[in-house]
Amino acid sequence: MTTAPTSPQVYLQSLSHWRPVEIAFWLATLLPFFLFPDYLSLASQIAIAALFALSLDLILGYAGVVSLGHAAFFGIGAYTAGIFSKLVWGEPLTGLLVAATLAGAVGYVSSFIIARFRHLTLIMITLGLGLLLHEAANRAHWLTGGSDGLQGVSIWPVLGLFKFDLYGYTAYGYSLAVLFILFLFVRRIINSPFGLALRGIRENWTRMPAIGAASRAHIRKAYTIAAFVAGIAGALLAQTTETVSLESISFQRSADVLVMLVLGGAGRLYGGLVGSVIFMIARDQFSGIAPQYWYFWIGILLVVVVMFLPNGIVGGLSKIAGRWRRK
Amino acid sequence: MLPPFFGVLFDGLAYGMLLFVLSVGLSVTLGLMNFVNLAHCAFAMLGGYVTVTLVNEFHWPFLATLPMAFVAAALASVVLERIFYRRLYRASDLDQVLLTIGFAFISVAVAAYIFGTLQQPIQAPEFLRGSSQVLGLSFGNYRLFLIGVAIVVTMLLVAGLEYTRFGAQVRAAVDNQRMARGLGIDVDRTFAATFALGSGLAGLGGALAIEIVGLDPSFAFTYLVYVLIIVSVGGLGSIAGSFAAACLIGVSDIAGKYYAPELGAFLIYLVMVVVLMWKPAGLFGKR
Amino acid sequence: MTTLALSTKGLQKTFGSLVVARDIDLNLPVGARYALIGPNGAGKTTLINLITGMLQPNAGSILLGDEDITRLEPQARVKRGLARTFQINTLFAGLNPLEAVTLAVCERRGIADRFWQHIAVNKEAIEEAYSILEKLKLGDVCYQTTRELPYGRQRLLEIALALATKPKVLLLDEPAAGVPQEESGDIFEVVAGLSNELTLLFIEHDMHVVFRFATHIIVLVGGGVFTEGTPAQISADPGVREVYLGKRHHG
Repeated sequence: MTTAPTSPQVYLQSLSHWRPVEIAFWLATLLPFFLFPDYLSLASQIAIAALFALSLDLILGYAGVVSLGHAAFFGIGAYTAGIFSKLVWGEPLTGLLVAATLAGAVGYVSSFIIARFRHLTLIMITLGLGLLLHEAANRAHWLTGGSDGLQGVSIWPVLGLFKFDLYGYTAYGYSLAVLFILFLFVRRIINSPFGLALRGIRENWTRMPAIGAASRAHIRKAYTIAAFVAGIAGALLAQTTETVSLESISFQRSADVLVMLVLGGAGRLYGGLVGSVIFMIARDQFSGIAPQYWYFWIGILLVVVVMFLPNGIVGGLSKIAGRWRRK
Repeated sequence: MLPPFFGVLFDGLAYGMLLFVLSVGLSVTLGLMNFVNLAHCAFAMLGGYVTVTLVNEFHWPFLATLPMAFVAAALASVVLERIFYRRLYRASDLDQVLLTIGFAFISVAVAAYIFGTLQQPIQAPEFLRGSSQVLGLSFGNYRLFLIGVAIVVTMLLVAGLEYTRFGAQVRAAVDNQRMARGLGIDVDRTFAATFALGSGLAGLGGALAIEIVGLDPSFAFTYLVYVLIIVSVGGLGSIAGSFAAACLIGVSDIAGKYYAPELGAFLIYLVMVVVLMWKPAGLFGKR
Repeated sequence: MTTLALSTKGLQKTFGSLVVARDIDLNLPVGARYALIGPNGAGKTTLINLITGMLQPNAGSILLGDEDITRLEPQARVKRGLARTFQINTLFAGLNPLEAVTLAVCERRGIADRFWQHIAVNKEAIEEAYSILEKLKLGDVCYQTTRELPYGRQRLLEIALALATKPKVLLLDEPAAGVPQEESGDIFEVVAGLSNELTLLFIEHDMHVVFRFATHIIVLVGGGVFTEGTPAQISADPGVREVYLGKRHHG
């Protein structure tokens, strides 16, 4: 297979051109407003889950850091936004920023620990830190409401104009807009020299120092950014549902987001988004069945994905598309 | 009555011994092949349910069911290893985590389907109930039994590692896999055998656990956390490490629940994070 | 004033009772073309690992020019001009050569942490990467994913990645290892074409290659320097022959 002599700079630029299927995807996200107005609050939840999955992809799919405790930052974002609205004011955008900043700060501090370890030790530390934070949130009744959840969260209209209505128009519009903006941000990161460095870390850990790369510093940076974005996702949840519960900082949320990301395909920008859509819709459809049976199917799915679809659904689809294009 | 401190220590050690039997298999297989098997406690759960079925449905004596629990779990692990696990020995951590968690989820659902979600009680045999008087102090019989079983298991494991050829192969492969292969050791087969042994021990642990902590489908995950903590704190591939860590965690957990119940599970997680930051390879680990 | 590009003094490394590096003294003048040879297990790759910082020595020191780099992290040594290639391909399998070398160039230029900037903005870095690839005859395959490249091309990419760091000293670990005869010519052409200011130490088994390129040969046996000298001296040395008895020579 010969390659046309495109200039290398043009080639690298072209890698990040918007493909028609991407544009179609984002246009499709507007459909729920018109086709499924009864499901707008679910759509809002999906957008939030997608944002969370995107944040995990940054460290897992691109830098190769396996975290079983990423919900820590989601939860921090959620609780901060909730508490902020009670103690300061209910303006959502400032609440979002404050929550994200706090989550990012905690991410920055913990990144110094995280970046020092790999393999099982890293997995266990992320798990342990996540569980610790969950316990702390559980115990701190006075701040978080403990197992009863945070009450009395009240959010003002977005930009002073869009009041949060019962149908979920504002909730979905707000979540979708934030998701899209942050998606553009993450997309830019992926296509930056830093994104290339993260991929290098994932592709070959040993080679990075041999080309003069400070892998740990890169991982710390990625982890901080991922915590920031996860914090925004959590804050969105708090603001759109006007409650915060322990679930937002639980192991279950960490595990679910991992499943969503892997299902869609880690390291593929859209993997987390696609995976969240499928997972959340499926969960909504099967909400009647007992939890252990739901996890039975998740278990089957995980086995199937690992054995047969190592790059998730998006990976599988792009492989098919590649083969079809070559015909 | 045992003074509270000794009572807590004794209970903690007995609990630790149980956790050791549950964990040692995972520690060795992780040290041997770096294969993260999060379905480990699902094998324990299997052993537990085998015992429950044999005792309650078929009226077997409790002690006779223990070897069956071991064998059942070992056999199940062989099947899983042949069909799935062996394809992922060189796969990424994430893939191993996901595959084995998937199996754990599946096993929990199957257990819930067959046995329901309530705890399954069994009647321990007469001589294991109640307590014995030793040197004026009273010790729970079942806990004494647990400690005894764990000590026997430890001695067999240590003797096996030290004095058998198989043991030497395991030690070589844990120490340096590439060199072991170079010396002609069939590492994959050694691993398969070790894996069966470790899973069998988990099954035994599951059977022993019924009397102490109860058995229900959530066992596979509840105790997975403890086992993972013990394995990382103790150090991969180290029996001594698992033993020490299991005692540490067992005593900390019981002491925590007795003396500072508001702390809850906080103490255990904190211990783990602190130890790992100080010694990332675990107390007795090498890497 | 020193003209030594790289030197080690009394480098020692043991694993328990196993001595893998025994009091090694190395002196590489600027522009040297030194070969490191020895039987399997002599510790050649271990020595490279020690020099580059992947292994910490038990004793001894390493100097790059005038600077003592013994305590420096591997990436810091690379930034000061010490690069190496790996005997077994250690490449970014999922990236293409252009991406891989551009990454190396960006790291060298200190712009690899710019997460807000599209990579295509860095024209100079990309052009530099491309010119390195062209020099190594990888220009026509630079958009193909590394794992799809033939083995010989991958070995060339190994060298490209090292060159992207603009090293003063380059350690090549069996650059043509496993490469079929037809393709190994490219690699040697590349090695021959390297600048005279670049100091080279390469590990090789093929004596033909050694005698063709090296001005000085160091023989490593059992972790220690057995002898060293010019190619003429080494080929005449009966001790060296004995050490290699039973080894197949190429010609």
